[in-house]
Amino acid sequence: MRIEIAGQNALIVYFADRTDSAVSAQIQAAVASIRDSMRDCIVDLVPSYASLLVIFDLDRSDYFAVRRRLHAALTGLDSVDGAAGELITLPVYYGAESGPDLELIAERGGISAADVIEIHQQQEYRVYAIGFAPGFAYLGEVDERIAAPRLATPRQKVPRGAVAIADRQTAVYPSISPGGWNLIGLCPTRMFDPARTPSMPVKVGDRVRFEAISRDDYISLGGEL
Amino acid sequence: MSGFVVRQPGLLSLLHDRGRYGAHDLGLTTGGPLDFIAFDWANRLLGNDPNATCLEVSFGGLTLEADTATSVVVTGAEAPCKLNGAEFPQWQTVDLAPGDRLEIGFAIRGTRTYLAVSGGFDIAPSFGSSSTVVREKIGGLCGDKLQAQDHLPCSGGVQSTHYRLDAGDRPRYGDFARLRVVPGYQQDAFDAVQQWRFFSSEYRLTERCDRMGFRLEGESVHSQMVGMLSEGICLGAIQIPADGQPIVLMNDRQTIGGYPKIGSVIAQDTARLSQLSPGAAVRFDAISIEQAHNIHCLERARFERTRMQPC
Repeated sequence: MRIEIAGQNALIVYFADRTDSAVSAQIQAAVASIRDSMRDCIVDLVPSYASLLVIFDLDRSDYFAVRRRLHAALTGLDSVDGAAGELITLPVYYGAESGPDLELIAERGGISAADVIEIHQQQEYRVYAIGFAPGFAYLGEVDERIAAPRLATPRQKVPRGAVAIADRQTAVYPSISPGGWNLIGLCPTRMFDPARTPSMPVKVGDRVRFEAISRDDYISLGGEL
Repeated sequence: MSGFVVRQPGLLSLLHDRGRYGAHDLGLTTGGPLDFIAFDWANRLLGNDPNATCLEVSFGGLTLEADTATSVVVTGAEAPCKLNGAEFPQWQTVDLAPGDRLEIGFAIRGTRTYLAVSGGFDIAPSFGSSSTVVREKIGGLCGDKLQAQDHLPCSGGVQSTHYRLDAGDRPRYGDFARLRVVPGYQQDAFDAVQQWRFFSSEYRLTERCDRMGFRLEGESVHSQMVGMLSEGICLGAIQIPADGQPIVLMNDRQTIGGYPKIGSVIAQDTARLSQLSPGAAVRFDAISIEQAHNIHCLERARFERTRMQPC
C-alpha cells in the first residue's frame, strides 16, 4: 500500500498495481473504515480499481494529520476478508434489436450470439468503480471470449439502459449519452434515479448478475425501445 | 414566489452554491463556482450565508427583470452592468425595485461574473447542493443553464447597509496567470527532463476550455506510463494524455479517469485560471504541500480581515 499526494486537499491510496476482487474487497473495507473513523474531516471518497482518492476538508485538517490517520484506519485491513457486498440481479433483454453489437462480439470470439448472451450471464461481476457519469458502474471482469475493444467511432447517442462491453468490463448506461462501448442488450432497471433513495441499485463492492428476459418482460418492466 | 424573470439568458448562466460534496460515490461531480473567490465576495457583500446560491455568468449577455424589491451585488469579471439602462458599479450593493431591468454585458476583463441577491436564490438542493451541472442534468432549474423566461425565485428584501469592496482589494483579471501546483499522482512517471520542460514552459489556453477542463497548448510533455487503471480525480489535477498537452481538470470534471497526472493546481489558482480566455498564457510553479496549505490559510485570513466599505 502506498499513499501519495493527489492535490492541495487530496491524497490517493494505491493498494496494488493491478486489480482483482481481493484488491477491490480491500478498498471496500478501507472505505468503510475511513468513513467510520475520519468522518469529521473527509469530504469525498472515490474508490476505483486499485486506488482510493481521499478528499479532506482543509479547514478541518491537513495533509499530515490525514495521512497519519489514514495509516491508522488502514492498518490491519490487509487481512480483512472483504465483505462480499450485496448481490443484485439486473434483467436484460438481449438480442439484435436491443444490442446492435451482439453479432460483432460473436464474430470476434468465433462463437454464436446465443453463446455471447449465455456467457455474459454465467458469472457474477464486481462493481469496481462508479464514475464517467452519475450512476455509471464499471463491472468486471467479463469472460475473455466476449471481451471487445471500444468502438473506433463512439456513438453520438447510446440509449438509457444499454448493456455494454468494453475490454473486460461491462456496464449499464444510466442515461442517454455518447459512448464507445459495444451494446449487447437493454436493461429496464434505472441505474440512476435522482428522485429515488438510494438513487442507485448498486454501490462499489457489490456483485451483479445479469438475467435474460423477453422483449415483453422488458416492456412490462418499464423498458423503452 | 418573488424573484426574477430571465429576459436574456446569456451564453452560459448557471445557478451555483459552493458545490456538491459527498456525492462522488454516485459518480456526481462537484460543480460549484469556477471562481470561488469572486463568488465568496458576492455573498459576503450582501451578508449572505457563504453557501447561498448565486448566478455564475460566463462571458455575459444576461438580462433579468426583478419582480420584487431586493439588493444585488455583481463581482468577478469586469463587465458593463446596467440597471434600467444606466451603468452601475460592480463589487457594491445595488437596490432593485419591482420591474427593474438588470443587464450584465459581455466581460471586458475576466470571463465569469457572479450575481448574488439578498438571501440567495431559492433553489431546492439536489444531492445536498443547488449547483447546476448540465452534463449530469443535476441542480439549478431542471439541471440546465438559464433559459429565457425562466423564473429565479428569491425571497427579496433590501439591504439596510450598503457595502463596497475597495478597488485595491479586488482581484485583478488579466491574460496571464502563474498556477501553483502540488506535484503528486504519477509525477514520478515524468522524468527530470519532462518535469523541467513542464515547469519552465509557457502554455496557452486553447478554445477547448469549459467547466470540465481547460486544455492548454505548448511544449509537449511525456510520461513513461503505459496504460493505467482509472482512478479518482481531484480539482485542479493536470492530466497529460498521449499528445503531451496538459488539461487542467476543473469543477465539472469526471470523478475518475485513466490518464497520467503530474500534480494538481491549487484551488486558489484554478479560480484564477477560470477567469482567463483562450490565448491567455499560464506558467506552472511547483510548490510543497506545506505551501499549498499555507496559501489556503493566508487567503482565507486575508478574505476575512479585508474590510468592506459602507456606502
